[in-house]
Amino acid sequence: MSTPRSTTPPENRTPAFGPMAGRRRGPMGHGPMAMMRGEKARDFKGTMRKLIQYLGSYRIAIAIVMLFAAASTVFSIVGPKILGKATTKLFEGVVGQIAGSSTGIDFAYIGRILLTTLALYLASTLFAYVQGWIMSGISTNIAYRFRKDIAAKINRMPFRYFDSTSHGEVLSRVTNDVDTVNQTLSQSLSQIITSVVTVVGVLIMMLTISWQMTLAALLIVPLSMGVIALVVSQSQKYFKQQQDYLGHVNGHVEEMYGGHVVMKAFNGEARSVERFDGLNNTLYDSAWKSQFLSALMFPIMGFIGNLGYVAICVLGGYLAAQKAVTVGDIQAFIQYVRSFTQPITQIANISNVLQQTAAAAERVFEFLAEEEEISDVADPVRPEKIDGHVVFEHVRFGYSPDKVVIHDFYADVKPGQRIAIVGPTGAGKTTMVKLLMRFYDVDQGAILIDGHNIKQFKREDLRCMFGMVLQDTWLYNDTIMENIRYGSPGASDEAVIAAAKAARVDHFVRTLPEGYGLVLNEEVTNVSQGQKQLLTIARAILIDPAMLILDEATSSVDTRTEVLIQEAMYELMKNRTSFIIAHRLSTIRNADLILVMNGGDIVEQGKHEELLARGGFYAGLYNSQFENAEVGNGR
Amino acid sequence: MLRLTKYLKPYLLAIVLAIALLFVQANADLALPDYLSKIVNNGIQQGGVENAVPKAIRQSQMDKLLIFLSVDDRALVQKSYLLVQPASPEAQQYVKEYPALANAPIYVLQQVDAAEMRSLNSSMAKALVAVSGIEQIIADPSKAASMGQALGFDLSKIPAGMDVFALLARLPAAQLAPISSALDQRFASLGDSMVTQMAIAAVKAEYEALGVNVAKLQRDYILRIGGLMLLISLLGGACTIAVGFLASRTSAGVARDIRKQVFKKVESFSGIEFDKFSTASLITRSTNDVTQLQMVIGMMMRMVIYAPIIGVGGVIRALGKSANMWWIIALAVVGLLGLIAIVFSISLPKFKIMQSLVDRLNLVMRENLTGMMVIRAFSKQDDEAARFDKANRDLTGTSLFVARVMVTMMPVMMLVMNGLSLGIIWVGAHQIAQSTMQVGDMMAFMQYAMQIVFAFLMMSMMFIFLPRAAVSGDRIADVLETEISITDPPDPEPFKQPFSATIEFRNVFFRYPGALADVLHDISFTARPGETTAFIGSTGCGKSTVVNLIPRFFDVTDGAVLVDGIDVRQVRQSDLRDKIGYIPQKGMLFSGTIESNLLYADENASSETLQEAADIAQASEFILVKPEGFSAEIAQGGSNVSGGQKQRLAIARALVKKPPIYIFDDSFSALDFKTDSALRQALKQHVAGATVLIVTQRVATVKNADQIIVLEEGRVVGQGKHHELLQSCETYQEIAYSQLSKEELA
Repeated sequence: MSTPRSTTPPENRTPAFGPMAGRRRGPMGHGPMAMMRGEKARDFKGTMRKLIQYLGSYRIAIAIVMLFAAASTVFSIVGPKILGKATTKLFEGVVGQIAGSSTGIDFAYIGRILLTTLALYLASTLFAYVQGWIMSGISTNIAYRFRKDIAAKINRMPFRYFDSTSHGEVLSRVTNDVDTVNQTLSQSLSQIITSVVTVVGVLIMMLTISWQMTLAALLIVPLSMGVIALVVSQSQKYFKQQQDYLGHVNGHVEEMYGGHVVMKAFNGEARSVERFDGLNNTLYDSAWKSQFLSALMFPIMGFIGNLGYVAICVLGGYLAAQKAVTVGDIQAFIQYVRSFTQPITQIANISNVLQQTAAAAERVFEFLAEEEEISDVADPVRPEKIDGHVVFEHVRFGYSPDKVVIHDFYADVKPGQRIAIVGPTGAGKTTMVKLLMRFYDVDQGAILIDGHNIKQFKREDLRCMFGMVLQDTWLYNDTIMENIRYGSPGASDEAVIAAAKAARVDHFVRTLPEGYGLVLNEEVTNVSQGQKQLLTIARAILIDPAMLILDEATSSVDTRTEVLIQEAMYELMKNRTSFIIAHRLSTIRNADLILVMNGGDIVEQGKHEELLARGGFYAGLYNSQFENAEVGNGR
Repeated sequence: MLRLTKYLKPYLLAIVLAIALLFVQANADLALPDYLSKIVNNGIQQGGVENAVPKAIRQSQMDKLLIFLSVDDRALVQKSYLLVQPASPEAQQYVKEYPALANAPIYVLQQVDAAEMRSLNSSMAKALVAVSGIEQIIADPSKAASMGQALGFDLSKIPAGMDVFALLARLPAAQLAPISSALDQRFASLGDSMVTQMAIAAVKAEYEALGVNVAKLQRDYILRIGGLMLLISLLGGACTIAVGFLASRTSAGVARDIRKQVFKKVESFSGIEFDKFSTASLITRSTNDVTQLQMVIGMMMRMVIYAPIIGVGGVIRALGKSANMWWIIALAVVGLLGLIAIVFSISLPKFKIMQSLVDRLNLVMRENLTGMMVIRAFSKQDDEAARFDKANRDLTGTSLFVARVMVTMMPVMMLVMNGLSLGIIWVGAHQIAQSTMQVGDMMAFMQYAMQIVFAFLMMSMMFIFLPRAAVSGDRIADVLETEISITDPPDPEPFKQPFSATIEFRNVFFRYPGALADVLHDISFTARPGETTAFIGSTGCGKSTVVNLIPRFFDVTDGAVLVDGIDVRQVRQSDLRDKIGYIPQKGMLFSGTIESNLLYADENASSETLQEAADIAQASEFILVKPEGFSAEIAQGGSNVSGGQKQRLAIARALVKKPPIYIFDDSFSALDFKTDSALRQALKQHVAGATVLIVTQRVATVKNADQIIVLEEGRVVGQGKHHELLQSCETYQEIAYSQLSKEELA
């Protein structure tokens, strides 16, 4: 069985990532590194504009968030300055006491100041909390909307899209990208505000204390910026290297464990370990260097901070002696300087964070902007009864315009006939199915059902005409009862059981611990492949369709179940126009029409005898079965 | 996690060194607030004057001081100071610093040791305060009453204009004694700190009288202390860097060592151990779990060990600054830990729920994607949207709740910290008023308090991280401590020369350890060179297990597998496997190129050999249409070639090896009948002399085998050739009829 897109293993790995993955990005996880995920959006401005539009409905809430974030910051900034007054008063009191000039410390005043500051801090806390509360509401809501939109979008997209996009990629948008937007948005939005307000506010507060000291403090900024840039650029190099080699090591581990038997069978143990050692040692080199370099940042910044500290103390002492500033001012100033560098680093970081947001948002928006299925016709036909007369009228189709796989296909299928689609692996046998059910539209020509072009039907109505049983059995995480009922929601339990009986699966279901109530587990591993196929047959029987699409490949089914499946399928095919992706020669030979496919194209069509007589591709395919059989029978 | 401690051994020195450095770093970090306090106390508040012992003093002033000193103190003072006359040669040296020397003789402080300095400080402070008090009264008699009290006698009684000091100096010792003791009493009630500070004010006044540049004095002091502070901070920084160096080397090194050991161990695992852990779990254990450990070791060395050191040190220093303010810190610590405990006890269980909701969301989405055709075929888009929406809503609700709980953390934490500062200022102010503390000390105390709080925060973080790492550590240790069930015998036998590839199963039983039923039950057969032995049966009948016993992927539970007459358990595994060309069910290629995959069997194979192998395996047709041919890339797991191509390449790989035994473990399943048949034809010609074992589900594949063994539920139910089995074996008939129609089989 073949589909144009390969169901590649990588998607199986995606479940490992959840929305949580964003939170623990960077397996070596060290703080300052988080800022270095150098991912860039292609159209930063455009994406941001879209994102802002998307945020539009939260306009008021966001305004409140901004206001509250600013208020919270302002209140917390004013704190030290006012608190400084208390220190000054205390200091004056002490000095006065020493000089014997005053009665002592003015506790009433200090108490008032402390209470004022406490009130400020309380207000700041409250604003910060309310801000965070609203913001988390906004960002989770956006994540919800994004996910909902993506899920809805998937249902409106043409199949074509998924030819070139793996499930893993789509899943990654729902989880990783949405989560990145969610995380970075709430982080960056409030950070932009608090950082800017902090920098401006602190600068103002510092200036009100002393411009000379402010100047001295500002001189520290470029110095620390330079150091940060230097350290970051160095450690980034090794960090990237480390990630690369971690990838290599993990890749090798995955590969060797996955192919353990092969490795063993070919005595590859020593070679594998040797290769691993090489990779592991390189990883070690870059790992410790990257860790070490990123750990350099704190002590260096600490030293620079202290440098500024001493400068301010010297200057402050001098100014205090001149009575230009008070001791409390110096204390406040020191606090300001300490809270000055952090928001500056944050502002520098925000552009990175925004880039990340934009990159993730861009992928989400791109996905949402993908082309959708063309809509159904305005006045669809709705015949009372479908006989199942199907005509392929000079159909031309290709998955991409430059690769036409069906050139000019004509076939007239009478009601109740069986069409066998045969061909080697990868021949594109499901293409016909996809065209019939309008998963893809034909490029030229038309498919007619009971004389109506299938484009004249509503997609929903069209698809209801077919019962489909694919090798790729699709069941979902619910009870067996509900799984059989899937296509006909109104069906009674009795009808479901009758269908199960017809599909030869009733007995099996009854042997299960909870019978029809058994919930299929997430990977649907609690029933065998063969049973799954029987369940899908029951599902098709229950909807009682006019036409059938069957895939009879049963490669991983034991023989007894296979016999059951075969019986059930024959039961199902009675009096229905059936399209069978056939693997059994008996099915093929009994078909009214055989479509022989190879390389995505219909290479031959006709009845078994005709095709054999023609001695073409089909004859070769058929005979390959028999040359050995003949030898084996000793004839 | 303790099970892995032996991997730390090589790094013991580094760890001990790091701990020692952390002590230095902690001390440096803790010393800094002390210097800050000095800068504020002495540098700013006291104008750079450290204590009550003036470096220089006018002779006139010294004489006054001496009046208030005991005989012993007087001796010490006279010993410590040198009298310099204006015109004397020494004056040259000092006049610049003390301009007053030009007109009057001064005393200059000489070298004194610390003990002398202390005793000088306390005695001279009192004298200075007494003298300056009297001088103030002289300058402003109105203060006499209040000041007199401080001095213990009423100076207002002294007639104005009279030289008090001259008077006092003339007083006999007996009369002076009560005055001195009254002063001492008074000073005791003021407290040493206050007296010293009052004296320092006097010293400052004296310096001014001496013409000293007071501003420069202050600046010099701040610069000196600041310089020291920078030096200490440099030392601390250097220690941090050194610790960082050691920590990153150690953590990366331990991770490297463990990773290597785990990998080596897993590579030596047999199928039993692989099944026990599962491949996915082994991968996680070798990658993520090791990385987790690396992170934790690094964190331990840098922070976790540091936290208690700085915490205890901070407590000691803080108590040194003020012994009775510890309760404020304790309050803050308890408050913060309480906050963290509450937040995490609410959010942690929710995190678990959230993870399952995320999994649920992913599941629904994945079902939507994989079942797209079915969903659309049944027109169930709306129902699916509703199902997804429910999962989405559930996740959103819980994650919002968690986010909002977490959001309380930061603001409340900040509030507690700020509240801590406020509390310290309020309580500290009272202490300062009682002169048990100085402003600078209070500021230092504040910083110690912060350091203590952070230490506790870090330690609480440890309780969040360590359990996680402990789980990783245990998972790794489980792998490392696993005993390998299949090992080489202590003295292996060599195969005979020439080698004959006869394989004999002698009453073989196999059952997984701990399982209740046998997978294989009493299997006996002989496969001979030049013959094809095929195994057929439904899924789970044990046919793959049979052939996996030959290269010792598993060992028999009972009975024996003999190759060339020797029990496979008696030979070296590598010798045994050298004889076998094994083709696994799923192809299983490694990343690289087609060529590198084929060379995996034999690194020295010639390109002709590769070409030939590809021809036989029917792989040439698709290799040659690729523009790169044999150099075409193969992605990890061979994901960029189809299942059938993978199988053909895997067959070609085994052919390159040219072994005497071939095992095809269901290796034709992804091939269409035509390719299958062509391949078997080609094989027949090229491996004519080899022993071939084929596992399959297809009757067509086994039809012309020399020997077919039909298995059902681990037992041999039929053995013979195709036509014989069609007659005699019911299971074989069932299989055959389900695949081929009767006339085809006839």
